[in-house]
Amino acid sequence: MLAESLALSAALFTIGVVGVLTRRNAIIVFMCVELMLNAVNLSFVALSKVYGATGQVFVIFVMTVAAAEAAVGLAIIISIFRHKKSVNLQDINLLRG
Amino acid sequence: MQAHPLAETVARLVWFLPLLPLIGFLINGALSLKSAYVAGPADPDGHDGEHANHGEHQDVGGHGGTGHDAHGHDDHAPAVRHKFAAITSIVGPGVMVLSFGLALAIFFAMRGAEMHNPYINTLFSWMPAGSLQLNAALQLDALSMVMVLVITGVGMLIHIFSVGYMQDDPGYPRYFAYLNLFVFFMLLLVLGANYVVTFVGWEGVGLCSYLLIGFWFSEKANADAGKKAFIVNRIGDFGFMVAMFMIFAHVGSLDYVTIAERAGSFAPGGLVVTAICLFLFLGCAGKSAQIPLYTWLPDAMAGPTPVSALIHAATMVTAGVFLVARSSMLFSIAPVASLTVALTGAVTAIFAATIGLKQWDIKKVLAYSTVSQLGYMFVGVGVGAYTAGVFHLITHAFFKALLFLGSGSVIYVMHRAYHATHNHGDDAQDMRNMGGMKQFMPITWTLMWIATLAIAGVPPFSGFFSKDEILAAVFSRAHGSPLADATLLGMPGSTVLYLIWVLALAAALLTAIYMTRMMLYTFHGPNRTGDAAKPHLAEAPWVMTGPLVVLGVLSLAGGWLNLPKVITDLIPVGPTATLEHWLEPVVGAATSRVAGGAAHLSATTEELLIGTAVAIAIAGIAIAWTRLKPAALTTKNAAVPATGIQRVLENKWYVDEAYDATVVKPIYGASKGVLWAGVDVGIIDTMLVNGTAALARFFGWVGSQLQTGRVGTYAWLLVIGAVLVLRAFARAS
Repeated sequence: MLAESLALSAALFTIGVVGVLTRRNAIIVFMCVELMLNAVNLSFVALSKVYGATGQVFVIFVMTVAAAEAAVGLAIIISIFRHKKSVNLQDINLLRG
Repeated sequence: MQAHPLAETVARLVWFLPLLPLIGFLINGALSLKSAYVAGPADPDGHDGEHANHGEHQDVGGHGGTGHDAHGHDDHAPAVRHKFAAITSIVGPGVMVLSFGLALAIFFAMRGAEMHNPYINTLFSWMPAGSLQLNAALQLDALSMVMVLVITGVGMLIHIFSVGYMQDDPGYPRYFAYLNLFVFFMLLLVLGANYVVTFVGWEGVGLCSYLLIGFWFSEKANADAGKKAFIVNRIGDFGFMVAMFMIFAHVGSLDYVTIAERAGSFAPGGLVVTAICLFLFLGCAGKSAQIPLYTWLPDAMAGPTPVSALIHAATMVTAGVFLVARSSMLFSIAPVASLTVALTGAVTAIFAATIGLKQWDIKKVLAYSTVSQLGYMFVGVGVGAYTAGVFHLITHAFFKALLFLGSGSVIYVMHRAYHATHNHGDDAQDMRNMGGMKQFMPITWTLMWIATLAIAGVPPFSGFFSKDEILAAVFSRAHGSPLADATLLGMPGSTVLYLIWVLALAAALLTAIYMTRMMLYTFHGPNRTGDAAKPHLAEAPWVMTGPLVVLGVLSLAGGWLNLPKVITDLIPVGPTATLEHWLEPVVGAATSRVAGGAAHLSATTEELLIGTAVAIAIAGIAIAWTRLKPAALTTKNAAVPATGIQRVLENKWYVDEAYDATVVKPIYGASKGVLWAGVDVGIIDTMLVNGTAALARFFGWVGSQLQTGRVGTYAWLLVIGAVLVLRAFARAS
């Protein structure tokens, strides 16, 4: 059961990473980041079976931070959209050196 | 350890000796900061105080006429004096009088005390650093006492003379500040109880010499002469310092007393002690103007004449002789080094004397004469006749100070006359412009003749006794002494000593000739000043002539300090060998070590030697007197250029030019071509300074290329980084 859970977690994390690296739509990238976080949550929960309940406590923390991050991140994306009429990451290059 | 017999006497105040001039320096220095001076009523626009309004306008190299123009319009303005000249006139010579009085008191205390060891007055612990324990300590013994008496005594007279000579100079307090500071350092030099205190004095007198040579620094030639003196002396100081390091490395102490105790651990004539002595002598050659470092002294005549008398004749330049005598415990076990000292001295003596033959500037004659006489002193200390060397140092201080101050009087009078007659083109120092000064300045004339006879070595004047003692010492050491057994440059020591003796005699002949020449051209024959200036020629004021009289008496009677036995046996005129007995505790052991098995000269030989020396002196005077015709002399402006050997002598054997071509120019070229263009501009500026900036800019550029501004790139880098970190963790665990 543990192995399957970790495999699922790894698969979800990899999907998240690939999504972040390849997609151009900021919203999708953002969702992929959420996916990575939840993949990690899954492995925390799974491993708590071996190492005790500490991992589950961390899951609560991660979810809290993820909620805050979602609020801030979506606010930024909306603000960028208002400014640029686009959420394409290719267009967001104001910091180019 | 029982208390020293001097500890309870006035000698415990020995540190007051240098302190007094230091106080004078502080007061005069403070006064000189106020550069304002009282301008006379007839001088409404208050001419700039930059330049000496009287005194000589120094023309180094005899280029007449430069620097005289500035005064074309204020000839009869009242003398421009410094506001505080009156205070300086009291403080400057006053501290010297006090110092001399104290020196006399200490001297009498020393005569009364039974002392076998030097009295060391430790002021404070100066550099306690590991095995190097240095105290700021003063050493009072027979040698330093003699030097202190000469410095404070002659120095006092010259300070008094300066009151007259420099009175109308706007820099009057500054002048006395420097002069006082010089005496302070000079006393430190001779009183130091270890090489380091002596070295502080040594450097200090060099500084004051520089400041005073360039006293009228607004003329470039004077400033250059000061720099030359300073730089040439650096070469010598390098030798002094290396010698100090070697002494400390091998003896473990720099105190004279300790070194004297441990000097026996050196192998006599060994490489180490010879090297130490040669390095020390390099220092002495710089300070005392010996070949090859003598060239700065004639240029040093750019300073005021009393300075030449005090620093560049009587005291500072004799510091080298003093140092050899002070280090006699080392020199006496290094025969090769001692022979080198003596030979260098003899060669310098004759070399400088030949140049003195054809100089026209009265001060230049005396400058080369000083170099020559210093050579004599080194012959004395070189052959281990330390008493004779110091004796000549003393008598030379008397008669050379007299000669310089006398020439200062003449220059002062000449300049006064030129000044009064609006003559600004003629050189007040050139003997060709003088002549016949006897009728105007009879006192100076008499005194100058006394000094001339003294330096020429005519009995019974002081120079005769000291010079004769040196010659006799050279002659007696030529057989059976360690010096005679040593080898120098492949020549046996006795040959070298005979050579030195011949050179010294020849130098004595030349000395008599050029000094008589100077007297003839300056004081005898017709007057060449010009009819306008003639009525203005008269004796200088008494404040200047007075010290001359005292020095005249000393030059006349200085020989009584150390009458040789052969004379007192012949004519019982006074006590025998006073100075020798006095210096016995300090240099006696070293002297007898150098003399070794050399037999005392028989009375007949000694009489013969004296006869030769006197005959040579008189012959020199006679040659000059009969061959030179002052009446045929023309003024400087009308003189025809000399030819042949005379021209070579007039140009000082072209040594300055040779040094310029072989040392100065290459160093200058190397500095400009290699050090400046190569090292400074090439390596330091281009490579190091600008190079580091370029490197930083390059890395900045590389960093800026990473900033694409694309979130995707950052994400990729983040992932790569995370993978690398994870991998590193995986490896580590």
